[in-house]
Amino acid sequence: MGALLGVLPFFAYTTIFLAIPTIIVVVGAFLDGRGHPTLGNLRALAQPQVVSAFVRSTVLSAVTATLGAVFGALLAYAVSTAREGGLLRRLVTSLCGVLAQFGGVTLAFAFVATVGFQGFVTLWLEHLGIDLAGSIWLFEPYKGLILVYTYFQIPLMLIVFLPAVEGLKPQWGEAAESLGGSTWDYWRHVAGPILAPSFIGAMLLLFTNAFSAYATAAALISQGSPIITLLIGGTFSSEVILGQENVGKAMALGMVAIVALVMTIYALLERRATKWLGR
Amino acid sequence: MKLRAARRRRQSTFRRVVVTLIGLFFALPIVGMIEFTTRAPGGGRTLDTWATLFNLGVIDRDYPELKTGIQASAGLVVLTVAIMLFMLVPTMTWVRLRLPGMRRLVEFVCLLPLTIPAIVLVVGLAPVYAWVAYFLGESSLWLTFAYVVLVLPYAYRALDAGLSTIDVRTLAEAARSLGAGWPTVMWRVILPNLRTAVLSAAFLSVALVLGEFTIANLFSRDNLQVAINQLSKRDASLAIAAALAALILAFTVLFAMSFVGTGRGSSRREEA
Repeated sequence: MGALLGVLPFFAYTTIFLAIPTIIVVVGAFLDGRGHPTLGNLRALAQPQVVSAFVRSTVLSAVTATLGAVFGALLAYAVSTAREGGLLRRLVTSLCGVLAQFGGVTLAFAFVATVGFQGFVTLWLEHLGIDLAGSIWLFEPYKGLILVYTYFQIPLMLIVFLPAVEGLKPQWGEAAESLGGSTWDYWRHVAGPILAPSFIGAMLLLFTNAFSAYATAAALISQGSPIITLLIGGTFSSEVILGQENVGKAMALGMVAIVALVMTIYALLERRATKWLGR
Repeated sequence: MKLRAARRRRQSTFRRVVVTLIGLFFALPIVGMIEFTTRAPGGGRTLDTWATLFNLGVIDRDYPELKTGIQASAGLVVLTVAIMLFMLVPTMTWVRLRLPGMRRLVEFVCLLPLTIPAIVLVVGLAPVYAWVAYFLGESSLWLTFAYVVLVLPYAYRALDAGLSTIDVRTLAEAARSLGAGWPTVMWRVILPNLRTAVLSAAFLSVALVLGEFTIANLFSRDNLQVAINQLSKRDASLAIAAALAALILAFTVLFAMSFVGTGRGSSRREEA
């Protein structure tokens, strides 16, 4: 009994600031404005605006997860061939640590300053006679957000995937080569299969990362709520329609359901990757 | 030997090409920020924006929202790191010593925020924060309670890695048999041995808190990122300069951390 007292502060804290908020979302999704049980909030999820926001978020996350995973994996492999503890490795991993976490407002500004109306690349291309279509594309959910999201997905991929490529032993490559295998054979039959679970797992993590992102889009897009996080954020500031007080909670619950599904697959893959790489 | 040399050469060419190309993609927006903040009204270059940013008098007088934001974020960094350490280090040590059966549960709780998007947390926290405001007032500093939850997964992983490298039980028993009380064990035995892990957990928290926007913005509180976003509507150049300065600060913190962690990296190499 005395031993349990030691973990009491931790569980008290996480109950108030983690468990209760989660319960509020889950239960609130099934209550109307006066606290009576209802399925109305879930039915409201079928509104075209909500459905298209979910679809856009999903497509955006899938595309940027794929792009981020491919380029991030290339970068991770390139960095893993550098000397451990060397300057390149330190620089790239610290830089990626910042860029993966920092995103948000800074990132939106950076892209506005680069390819926005007055951005230097836009002006420079204009000078060369190339018009970036008025640069409105940066503020469109697909084109603009895909570019900006990829910018924080690649660093996250490096951080998540680097330990996996570091697990590749140089002896395996040498063994394949001394047996007459080409580089392609090595990747096709040795490194590829070993890295596959980690790669797909990391890609799923990137998906949830993009799916949950709010700040970048909020700073970049000022009109409308094309993606689901902006739509939920909008329920905080806009007028609440009577009978729809808890629709925000239902949308939040929808997000949790999708993220939980993806993270479960991730956990299963991670277990397999750990087994193969002997980590 | 020859095979290995050829292989190494190929790898180093590949490394240079990939790092350069992806590096260019990453450099462009940063260059864009530097270029934008050094534009002079009539064309040409000026450092006026940067001079303004580091002129505390002018910031205090003309840009009070930026000053408030910086102060709030500085306070939030300190509070979040302090609460995180005071809560996690004793709990995780205690669980290893006395309640090994609870390790899975503590891990699950700590990693849970990874599966709950910040925006969802905001929706659920709104009523909780109504109570916080009722008991403690409206100060932006209370955002720290939510930030501790956000940093839990990263702090847990860093501290767990640190605790795995030391023999907590033997250290604690040795100290206890010499007459040390539990506070002494924590403060003078466990904590010094966890120096690297504690630093890395703290630095990750600093980077996360400095970059946080979602929760502060939706609860209409002030922090650095909210201030920068507001400022951008009035003075885009100064806002971008402030954002870049914060980014450079966070990078410096993480880069310094990569050197602090050297001790553990070298021991890992010896194992392999």
